[in-house]
Amino acid sequence: MVEIYSQRDNKSIKDKILSLDYVLIFLILLLGIISILAMYSTEQGKFGYYTKSHLSRFFIFFGVFLLVSFFKIQFWFRTAYMFYFLILILLLFVELYGVTASGSKRWINLFYINLQPSELMKVALIIFLSKYYCKIPSDSVTNFKYLYIPFFALLVPAYLVATQPDLGTSLLIILGGVSVIWLTGFRLQYFLYSSLITICLLPVAISFLKPYQKSRILTFLNPERDPLGAGYQIIQSKIAIGSGGIFGKGYLQGSQSYLDYLPEKHTDFIFTLFSEEFGLIGSFSLLLIYILIIYRIYNIGNNAKDNFAKLYCFGFATAFFIYVAVNMSMVLGLLPIVGAPLPIMSYGGSAMLSIMMGLGIVMSCKLNERSGN
Amino acid sequence: MLNFSETFQNKSKLITRRMFILTTVKVAVFIGIISRLFYLQISENIKYRSLSDKNRLREWKITPQRGIIEDYFGNKIAKNKQVFQLHMVPEDVPNIQQLFFQLARIIDFDEKSKINLIKRLKKRRPWETIIISDNLTWRDFSRLNIFLHETQGIKPVVAVAREYIEHGSSSHIIGYVSEVSAKDLQNNKLLREINLPGLRTGKNGLEKILNNIMIGKPGLQRFEVNAYGKRIKELKFIKGTPGKNFRITIDQELQKFTSKIMEDKSGSICVMDIYTGDIVVMVSNPTFDSNKFVHGISKTDWQELIKNDKKPLINKPMAGLYPPGSTIKPIVALSALENDVISTKLTVECRGSVDLYDHTYHCWKEKGHGYMNLRSAIKQSCDIYFYEVARRLGIDRLAVTAKQFGLGKKVLPIFNEEKSGVVPNTEWKSKYIGKSWYLGETLISGIGQGYFQTTPIQLCLMMAQIANGGYEIKPRIIDDKYVVQSTIDAWRYEFYLKNNNLSLPNPNLKKLFRNQENIKFVLDALYGATNEPRGTSYRSRFTSDKYMFAGKTGTSQIRRISAEQRKLKLKNIDLPYEQRDHALFIAFAPYKKPRYSISVVMEHGGAGSSGAAPLAKKVIKKVLDRHELRKKYQLDLFQEA
Repeated sequence: MVEIYSQRDNKSIKDKILSLDYVLIFLILLLGIISILAMYSTEQGKFGYYTKSHLSRFFIFFGVFLLVSFFKIQFWFRTAYMFYFLILILLLFVELYGVTASGSKRWINLFYINLQPSELMKVALIIFLSKYYCKIPSDSVTNFKYLYIPFFALLVPAYLVATQPDLGTSLLIILGGVSVIWLTGFRLQYFLYSSLITICLLPVAISFLKPYQKSRILTFLNPERDPLGAGYQIIQSKIAIGSGGIFGKGYLQGSQSYLDYLPEKHTDFIFTLFSEEFGLIGSFSLLLIYILIIYRIYNIGNNAKDNFAKLYCFGFATAFFIYVAVNMSMVLGLLPIVGAPLPIMSYGGSAMLSIMMGLGIVMSCKLNERSGN
Repeated sequence: MLNFSETFQNKSKLITRRMFILTTVKVAVFIGIISRLFYLQISENIKYRSLSDKNRLREWKITPQRGIIEDYFGNKIAKNKQVFQLHMVPEDVPNIQQLFFQLARIIDFDEKSKINLIKRLKKRRPWETIIISDNLTWRDFSRLNIFLHETQGIKPVVAVAREYIEHGSSSHIIGYVSEVSAKDLQNNKLLREINLPGLRTGKNGLEKILNNIMIGKPGLQRFEVNAYGKRIKELKFIKGTPGKNFRITIDQELQKFTSKIMEDKSGSICVMDIYTGDIVVMVSNPTFDSNKFVHGISKTDWQELIKNDKKPLINKPMAGLYPPGSTIKPIVALSALENDVISTKLTVECRGSVDLYDHTYHCWKEKGHGYMNLRSAIKQSCDIYFYEVARRLGIDRLAVTAKQFGLGKKVLPIFNEEKSGVVPNTEWKSKYIGKSWYLGETLISGIGQGYFQTTPIQLCLMMAQIANGGYEIKPRIIDDKYVVQSTIDAWRYEFYLKNNNLSLPNPNLKKLFRNQENIKFVLDALYGATNEPRGTSYRSRFTSDKYMFAGKTGTSQIRRISAEQRKLKLKNIDLPYEQRDHALFIAFAPYKKPRYSISVVMEHGGAGSSGAAPLAKKVIKKVLDRHELRKKYQLDLFQEA
């Protein structure tokens, strides 16, 4: 397999710069600027802590994105397993020496920043599985001997994250991994079987949940159950979005957010704030940007001539889609509140780093695709 | 290598195919999200917008100034005064126990008020202002202001509260305001709309009757508040409108004077303008202090009021029912004359008692009056004579006349507590008692006993309608220029006709008589009763034309006098209080140019001549003394009369 890449002729820096996907870069920058403006609005139009740190993070990680892009794809292919195990070690480290905040142990204190390895695991797992599967012929994917490694590669980090506890991220890791497995041609009937088993095991799983997690599920089913407690977030979020109407209340005019009715408005509920202030038109535009980003990633994957790049790009596009869809469904009251950030828009360094690295690898795929035959 | 490449190609195709399936799923999910956005932001937009406004807007109402009640001369009877209050916003208090401790040191805040406050706190939302104390003394208030920096969440406020200027004399008319109760909210839509903490509502009297007009429109402050209930900015300020002020026909000075001369007696005195129907005096004694109710009456004060035998809470002029006794005699005489049952020359011999229908009927004068005609019978109040008149007249005809002159129906129906009294007739008895009428009952009805029940204000109106020459008047207590103007115009026309000897009909005045000579005869007989020797109220007469009045005494029995008691010649003073007769007196003054009618009813006051007439004399003098002053305040149109 390694030969595939060694056959490639190395592009010059100039060629690389020219072959960057400028549409994708433009979309990422646009989203970044929107996110900074939204962050500015969460602080009632003050250039405060969140805005400042989000701004600097965005541009630093945008640099990381470009840097990652210019690495050869062979590099990422080669380091894929290493990258995965590094993050897994970090997750174990969290388990032992993590920083606890608001009841869960998710972070590693790295002097200046608190790193959240679970976020990075989202990308690491996709790379790992892409590399693993690109070597396996599609008709043997379902063979048992090729099954147990992905199985453990998926479940070990998911378990570690779930016990932090961070059920949302754990589920997102699983969903990202499963989507790669799906792409490799894993047989449909196995998916159906495992889905059935999951559904059957759901009551058992629920019994292991913490009381607050149970109440979130009950609240999702009926938010009016506890309007000032567990149901508060989703009720206020729906009020904010619904009151936005077609044109929204105007920038910095979102009463639900600046009067503090909206919880977690910097992170998970940033879409709610945006939707309240810019209405249906704003929500559509934002959704469109996300759709275009996913489309560009898909496009890159489609043009990729090797299966690792293709698998990775498609896998990442799907994962990206899942993050967006889960977050939006959650704030719109279509899913229970699970704590899933909106890519790039939400405040949070590790999540942004993870997304930017992921996008960087996508771009690296683009830069290394063979021009013609 | 070819095989490998083929596999590679196949795998690539598979991945793309699988991605295509995923893409359709993604499209479906995005369509779902878009539909949800449509649903929330367009279909349900109005619902969520109102929910958002409900979140963010909070309104504070500002208590409006209650309308003022003035007496005829503009003296304020019910006014608003500045009070010092202590308000608290529970959510702003960091430590409520500590606050209680501090308050106990600063103001009069004991364990009882603490428990009471905690009870009230449970019913309120934490951001709603609660009133800890609504009437602080100046000393407490200033101390609070000094220690204010040590406390949080409390606010000394200068507010307005009701104050009744006079202690008591007009309490029954004005009533009082008190805190809005759950029942008030249920019955009064306006109160539900206003819904203000600390709002007072009229519970009684004019305060209740005029409540919705006097209450005013509350002002409004609309604030934007954050999720913690903190006011962020004021969005709107609407100044409230004060309630409407009212002027009443009562003369507060006379009211005070009248109340004073009644002192420890129980009863009522009413004075009415016989032309306009203005109620000048209406005192019920004993009375109460309306001010005590404003901030919630104390238990001991309340017990004292409800346990008092003399029933201070009852508005006796309107809600007290008494047999009219001999004060009915002018009406009996008038009815008999109008129905041509007797002539004024009818002579009856009074021997002190008469046997009729197997029963002995007594005159108040045991020895008898001797030969009586109608005039002397009214003057000396001979019962035997009126038994005979009543016997000839019959109860039904008497009832018609009595009702015409204002008995048996409410005088000021706006007052809930007013009673209509009873003017019995045969129909009434079969309807309410279920028995047929006995002839003996006609006899005692002729002297105002038996089933007859009247209120003092009815007697006053009856007197007024006889004294003004037999015209119907509409009594009023709330001064209204437009109403009084039409009344004055009507009378002006009547006087004009009379002075020019014209017998044209006056459409604006209703005549209650058939022949005015009969009215004149009765008025002359009443002159005799007060101003001629042997008249029943001769001792209370005035000799000067200015004050000269004419009236009829009445003594209404509230017990049956047995034969033994009659023999013992028990005097009222010897009887226990509750068994003593009621003393009544009705009169009009001045005799020459009548202007006012008066009724005095003293509960258990003994004979009318001694228990009521002397009080009437005092009141009449004072009323007439103040007539010049009163004239200045009204359209002076009766000069020519």
